[in-house]
Order: sequence, then C-alpha cells, then structure tokens
Amino acid sequence: MLNGTTAELVERKALRINPAKTCQPIGAMYAALGIHGCMPHSHGSQGCCSYHRSHLTRHFKEPVMATTSSFTEGSSVFGGMANLTQAFKNIFTIYNPEIVAVHTTCLSEVIGDDIPTIIKKSIEDGSIPAGKIAIHANTPSFVGSHVTGFSNMVMAMVNYLSEKTGTTLNQVNVIPGFVEPADMREIKRIAAAMSANIVMFPDTSNVLDGPLTGQYKMYPEGGATVAQIKSAGDSIATVALGHFASHVAAATLESKCNVPAAFLELPIGVGATDRFISTLANYAGVEVGPAIELERGRLVDLMSDLHQYFHGKRVAVAGDPDQVIAITQFLVELEMKPVYCITGSPGNQFEKRMHEILDGPVPEAKIKQTADLFELHQWMKNEPVDLLIGNTYGKHIARTENVPFVRFGFPILDRTGHRFFPTVGYMGAVNLINQMINVLLDKKDRECDEEWFELVQ
Amino acid sequence: MSDLSTTPPEGYDSEGYPIPTATQPDSEAMRAEMLKIYPQKTRRKREKQLLTNNPETPPEIGANTRTIPGIITQRGCTYAGCRGVVIGPIHDILHITHGPVGCSYYSWLTRRNLARPKPDQPINFLQYCMTTDMQEEDIVFGGEKKLAAAIREAYAMFKPKAIAVYSTCPVGLIGDDVHAVCRQAKAELGINIFGFSCEGYKGVSQSAGHHIANNGVFKHMVGLNDEPDKEKFRINVLGEYNIGGDAWEIDTVLKKCGIHVTATLSGDISYEQITKCHTADLNVVLCHRSINYMAEMMETKFGVPWIKANFTGAEQTSKSLRKIGKYFDDKQLIDRIEEVIAQEMAALKPVQEEMRKRLQGKTAAMFVGGSRAHHYQHLFKDVGMLTVAAGYEFAHRDDYEGRKVLPTIKIDADSRNIEEIEVEADPKRFVPRKTPEQLEALKAGGFNFKDYDGMMVEMKKSTLVIDDISHHEMEKLIELYKPDIICSGIKDKFVIEKLGVPCKQLHSYDYGGPYTAYTGAANFYKELDRMINTKVWKLITPSWKKPADPTIAMGKGIDSPTNKTIREVVAGMAKAWKPQKSAPASSAEG
Ligand code: SF4
Ligand code: SF4
Repeated sequence: MLNGTTAELVERKALRINPAKTCQPIGAMYAALGIHGCMPHSHGSQGCCSYHRSHLTRHFKEPVMATTSSFTEGSSVFGGMANLTQAFKNIFTIYNPEIVAVHTTCLSEVIGDDIPTIIKKSIEDGSIPAGKIAIHANTPSFVGSHVTGFSNMVMAMVNYLSEKTGTTLNQVNVIPGFVEPADMREIKRIAAAMSANIVMFPDTSNVLDGPLTGQYKMYPEGGATVAQIKSAGDSIATVALGHFASHVAAATLESKCNVPAAFLELPIGVGATDRFISTLANYAGVEVGPAIELERGRLVDLMSDLHQYFHGKRVAVAGDPDQVIAITQFLVELEMKPVYCITGSPGNQFEKRMHEILDGPVPEAKIKQTADLFELHQWMKNEPVDLLIGNTYGKHIARTENVPFVRFGFPILDRTGHRFFPTVGYMGAVNLINQMINVLLDKKDRECDEEWFELVQ
Repeated sequence: MSDLSTTPPEGYDSEGYPIPTATQPDSEAMRAEMLKIYPQKTRRKREKQLLTNNPETPPEIGANTRTIPGIITQRGCTYAGCRGVVIGPIHDILHITHGPVGCSYYSWLTRRNLARPKPDQPINFLQYCMTTDMQEEDIVFGGEKKLAAAIREAYAMFKPKAIAVYSTCPVGLIGDDVHAVCRQAKAELGINIFGFSCEGYKGVSQSAGHHIANNGVFKHMVGLNDEPDKEKFRINVLGEYNIGGDAWEIDTVLKKCGIHVTATLSGDISYEQITKCHTADLNVVLCHRSINYMAEMMETKFGVPWIKANFTGAEQTSKSLRKIGKYFDDKQLIDRIEEVIAQEMAALKPVQEEMRKRLQGKTAAMFVGGSRAHHYQHLFKDVGMLTVAAGYEFAHRDDYEGRKVLPTIKIDADSRNIEEIEVEADPKRFVPRKTPEQLEALKAGGFNFKDYDGMMVEMKKSTLVIDDISHHEMEKLIELYKPDIICSGIKDKFVIEKLGVPCKQLHSYDYGGPYTAYTGAANFYKELDRMINTKVWKLITPSWKKPADPTIAMGKGIDSPTNKTIREVVAGMAKAWKPQKSAPASSAEG
C-alpha cells in the first residue's frame, strides 16, 4: 500500500499529492445546510454539485440536498444568468424552500457571473417569489480551501440577513465553525446547562443527524432560522470559534451591526473549552455553575488517570487549520508530542499560532500550511510517530506504517462515531481521549509478546 | 437457461424466469401525478423523459438531453465520466488532474474499481490523488507551466509507464493547451503522456466523458503492443469496471470455461493489457453506454467484432457464455461451457429457489448509470420480483429503445462538441476474425453482432421508464408505488431510506459485492432478502405508538402477564430473606 511513497524528501513546486484540503463550495454547501429551510445552490456545472453532495452524504450518511445551475458549454460562453434565473424559478416552485443560498464554482468564477445582479433581476421578474430570499457567496476554489468556502457562506449570512434594529436582545451569538452537527448540539447543551441564551449559526444539528421516522423532510426541524440570523445583529456579543471558519463573519457582524466579537479557537481540550465557557458566561451574564464544573472535573480526572499512556507519545496531526490548532493544544495538555502538524489550507496565521503553541513544549515539531498527506507520510517514514490523527484519507498511511489512527475532522467516510459524539467541550475531550487510548492500547494488545499481554491496564 | 424443449413448470415463463406475482398501479395516472408540480417549460421537457413503457414499440425517450437548472439530479459531469469511470481504474499509470483541488479530491478512491497490485507493478496509483491544485495566479496567467512542472515532478518521483492528464472546467475556459503540454512532456521524458479535454461543462452528463475517454484510450494506448497472448479463445470484456470485484468473478467463470480474457476495460487493468487488447478475437460489451465507441473503433481499425453480453443475473450469464461459445464455434469449448453452466446452476438453484420463496411478489425500482438499471433487472427477474420503474442517469436513446434507433438520433449541440474520431482499417493489422462464410453461417444460426435491444423491450408493459430522474419524481414514486426496494446512488440513498424503503446503491454496492455471474447472483439474492425482509424498519414506530402489544409490559411493569413469573420469583426471594442477628457495626473481615 502506498508503496510509491519513499522517505526521500523532494521539493515540489507544482504537484499536489494526496491533498489535505478540498474546494470552497463544499464548505459553503455545508454551511448553508445550517440555515433552516434552506436550499444550497451550486452555480456552475452539475458535476461539482454532484461531487459535493456525494461527499457530504458519505460523511454524514444523511440526505444532502442541493441544486445546480447545470452549466453546459453554452453557459460557459454566454454566462450563467439564464441558468440561475431558471433555477430559481424551478427551485421555488418544486422544492419550496424559504431561502436559497447560492455559491459559485470555479467555472462561474472564471466566467465572472455577477450573482447579486442576477438575484436582483430574479426578484424583479418573480423567479424569486415575494417573501422568499436568496443570498450568495463567492467561492472560487483556486483560492483557499473548503474552510474558506464555509467562512464565506457564514459571512454571506451576516451580510444578507443580520440586522440591527436598535434594541439589544438578551442573547449571545455563537459561530461554531466547520464542526459536526454533534458539536453544534453539544455547544447548545453547554449553553443551556449554564442558562446562557444563544443564537448559533450555522447550526446543522437536527439537519444532518436526523432520526428515522418513515418520513422524509426536505427541510428538517433544525437549522438557524432566518429570523434568528437576522436577530444576531441585536445580540449582546458574538463568540466566534475558529480563526479560519468563523472570525471573518464575526468581524463583519461587528462592523455591520456593532456587535462586539470574541475571537476564540475551537473549544477542544481543557484550556480552549475554559476560554469558551468563561467568555460565554461573561457575555451572557451567567454563572458557569456546578454541572459544567463537574464535567470539567471528570475530564481532568480522566487525564490524570491515563497520563502514563499519553505522556511523551509522538503524534502526527493533519486536518483543517482550526481543528489542528485546537487539538494540538489538547495534545500538549496531555503532554503528548505533536511532532508533525499540517493543514492543506493556506494561511500564515496557522503557522504563527502553531509555533506559539509548540515552540515551548515541542521545539522539534514540524508545522506546515498548504501541505499534503504525501509529505506528512514522508516525514513519518523518516521518523515514525506513535499516533496519527486525521480524516479518513489518513487510513492508508496508518495501515502502511502500522500506526494507531484516530479519525478526526472532515471528512470521515468509513466510521460512524463523529456523527454522534462531539469533540468540543469537556465531554468532547473525553470522547477524544477514549478514542486515542483505545487505539494505542489495542495496538499494544495486538502486538506485544505474550508475557506482556496484561489483563488490567 | 432452462430447457426450452419442455413446457416451463408452473409459475415460470418460457425463458425460465419465475413469473412475478406483484401487480402495479395505473402508470399513466402515476405519471401525471409526478409531472403535475413542474412549471410549464420544465414539465414539457420532463414529459419526454418520463414515459410509460410499451415493450412492443418502445416510445421515443428524450434521453441524453440537458438537465434543467434547479432540478435536483443524480448526474455528474464529463470529467467524472472520463477520469472517474473509464480511465480512472487503470492502476499502473499515473493520473494527474489539471485544475483546482476539488475535482481530483472527489474522484480519489470514491469509485469502487478495485485493483490488485501486480508483481511487476507493485504501486497502485489509484491510492494517489495528484493535481496541479491551481491557484488564482494560474487561472489569471495560465496553468500550462505548472502542469508541465507537475508532470516532471511526478515522473521524477514515481517513474510511471504512462501519465494521463485530465482537464477540469476552468482549464478549458482559460484556454490551457493540455495536449501540447503532454506532447512536449512525452518527447522530453520518453514515456507515454496524453491529455483529455474532459471539462465538466461539455456534454450533458458523465456520458460525454465516456466518449472522450474512449477516444483517448484508443488513440494513445490501444495498439501499442502487437504481441498477442498465447491462450486460445481470447476476448476482451468491455465496459466492466470491477466494482466490488465483479470483473474477478466474471474472469473466474470464463477461465473455468477455457475462455481467456486479454483485457477488461477497464476494471483492474494494467497499461500493458490495454496496449495489446486489439489482439483479442472478440469484444464482449457489457456496459454498452460507456464503451460502445471503443468496440466500434476496434472493429473498424483491427477487425475485432463485438457482441453485447451481460453477466448480471444467472440466466443472463448462461446466455452470454453460450453466445461466446457459439462465436468461437468450437465443439470442445461449447461442451465445456455447458458443463460449467450445469455445475454452476446446480450449486445456485437451491439458493435461487429459497430466495424466490422469500422475494417473489415484491417490487423494485432502479435508477442508475447507463446499463445497470437494465442489467440488474435480470437479477430481480431471477427471483420473481417485478421491476415497476427504471431509468438511467446518463444513457442515450439506444440504451432505452435499442440500437435500431441509432440512425434516427438527432445530434444536438451538446453532443456535437464531443470529438468523433475518424478511424480506418489498419493497413497491416486489420485482421478479419471470421471469414464471410463463417459470418453468414453465424447469422443464419440467429447470431447477432452489435445487438443491443435496450432496456424497454425487456420491461413489462405500462411500467415507468424515467430518464435522469429528479428528486421530486423519486419521492413521488415512493409515495405512489411503495416499491419494496430501490436501487440508486449515494445522493438518493438516505432520502429513500428515511421513507422506510431500503436502497441498494448500485455504484458502490454499499461496499458489498461481487454481484456478477453465478456466485455474484447468489450474493445479490441474499442481499435482497436481507434488505427487504429485515425487521429494522419495523422499529421505526415506538411501542407506545402502536396498538397494545401483549408481549410487551406496556408500562404495567410487574403486573403484566409476561412478568408474572418474575413477580413470583422476587416475592419468594423477599420472603426467604432473614435479617442477620447482631450484625457488627463495622466490617470485621479486614
Ligand atoms: S471545479 Fe472547482 S468547484 Fe468544482 S469540484 Fe472542481 S475545484 Fe471544486
Ligand atoms: S469543475 Fe467541472 S470538471 Fe470539475 S467537478 Fe465541476 S463540473 Fe466536473
């Protein structure tokens, strides 16, 4: 497996091999699914839309609906205006959403279709019926990554929908970042446990983790409503989780509606969750309270119980920048050694932040943005690690190098846990510890000599 | 196939299939109901693609036409059809996608074209996703230099035999000359390097990509090696992509019969096999849609005739084997084929019979691809199930109505921009595989070359035929027909299952398979039984929303009849308990 990969490091300037990122629209599509009653629309050839829907479905194992402008050669010559207008008409007649969230693809970006103008015209000619809404985000894939696309669509929500009426509402906005429905659910649970009143957008819980009922709802119960996103302009403050996925939207809201923003990282592990919880408590004017403190205490207890198994273990981490930044801090809290940390997404802030985190505890760490899994694998061949953390695409490396592997991030195409168990918050950290300890000890149990095969660990 | 000289047993038709006992609703009414919601322009188009079937004179279907913007479709793009379907499975050449990162990312190991590394080529390149990952400056200033550099870097690291390059949408638009870059790289590096202009906006579906891929494979690979395999009875299996090991299953059966496969295009195929596939004696076409171009071109240039066959379904497998035997017209081979069929059917029959008992009377609908929606109907027929509705995702009229309509198909603008390559008989290498007399004799015996009658003639009257089914139509179909199972793809699967109907993915097989030939058929019947007869769907309604179930306590706790014995047991235990006299205040044991 992967036997074309050697330890010899060669500088590549043009060839990307086994990318650790994908393209903007899939992130935009995912974000749009976090609006209640929303049909994401892909403005371009139908292949992109098909790929994005398929990949999201493989990850969530749930229906993922989106429409496409179905460009043909003609549209790529004359522009996609006619396609988009016709699409609006069909979508609102047949699928009847409250809102359509349009994102572009490489093709419509290169053509240079002016989406706001098309939306305007479609409202005028009735292709978008009165009372219905269309928003858009530009998501060219030759810039950034799927995380950028997510961020752009969240920013579009603010730009198009959020409004300041002048009356401040007793609520705090939470922009959760490119995380799982399970994580969004967990954030809501934490806030409720503290009696903090929040508005979260996007919110894909109860959209992409629906129950089996014998019914199919094209627009499930979940999702932030347009009214909620609108009201975000009147909130006390915004807590934005993750520099790459959420901060731009929070800054936009700050400048558009004067809602102060706290720019935090994803609440993964003890410190980052502490920061999230105290910020939320401060803004919402509530006490953290004993329930949350109990969870925190249980997490720290578990960390001390298992410290011996984690201490000093070398870890390779690949993933989206916000996720890698957050989990690396947690690994450091566990006194593990995240020696290789890469993201496929571009962004200097990633390397800067990672150095702040690692230069002290793990000075030997290799950190790289715009990297790929091929290079990470080469590093591992040069000096092995004890644990690999990354999305499903890491499984070939894990098998080749016989390294315990924890699936974390997007996409996870071959396992189920991500759909149910959060990685954010104290309970999320417990879940991560559980996964890590299991793969580490499973390997030991599988491979150690018989005399060292222990009943109790 | 059953022995035709005797009358079929009761409940079976003359071809040996069990007669389905399920009935179907009035399809004209259903059709109207499905189309009702559409705006006029959309409805007019969909009317041509949603028909009630008449097997005697199949109605004309508006296949291979554009998908209407805003309609939720199953279809993908030309790139997917080219890179993903036809060439993607070649495991020992290197595939580079020229474009922004996404297109290559999504086509990375997501199709289940399995491949076994060969001793002379231990690297399975399918595990590598390679792309030029174009950035804004490449879009603005052109990506040719980056592509050339990427090819060089790839060659230096992996030393492949050949490199294929695929263009995605933006590449065509900015006008990168992928072919010129490939030609230069080929001259510079001395290996076979070629490009495909398979931008996603060309054509109306994956189908255009198949055509482009066929052209490229034919131009750049087929015919490079004239050394035929030594075995007798050499065939190519065309349009078989080894999803879930299907090609291996077919290979096994053919081998048993003494038929040698020179190349399977393109399931688990090596570069070497493609380069010499023109030396085979016969092309056996399975997926007509994706590969008929190749079959035609190989015939014209090298004289390899082609026949249509199908290894999906037991009866169909036998029929196909016999057809191959007849073509070679070799007594020993024909006898051997009969022996194999007898052996395989003897093993399969009991399974088939048992599964028929569990499945007959059930209905199915299938919407997928360009041949499977037809081929898979045979597996359902094998066990007495009725296909009430079917359609392809990207097929053409000939796949529905049969090749006889080919001369009447109008070439529209979207098809016209796909290159038709001019092929002539090769002056040296064109070898007729049969003499005119042999051909005459074969024809006289009812043997047809290039014979594909399409899906509609084999479907029952008044079943629904739906091309490029939309999400809305799928939902309606379930509501109106309530099929017992639907075969479709990943994007529909969970919609269908939310509605309580099991969905078998026919692209990925839900990670099962193989489903070809006899063993595959048994696998599929059992899979159907598992999916249709599972009780998991019955768990949807909680007990408190159902009429009282006497076997469940229903909140009556220990008083319920089932708990009666428990009540007696615990009551006995309680009675038997005696307090310990003078229990010590603290444990004295330690
Ligand atoms: S063309 Fe662009 S948007 Fe479409 S899949 Fe490829 S990279 Fe993504
Ligand atoms: S950009 Fe074009 S080639 Fe790429 S997935 Fe989209 S439609 Fe297909």
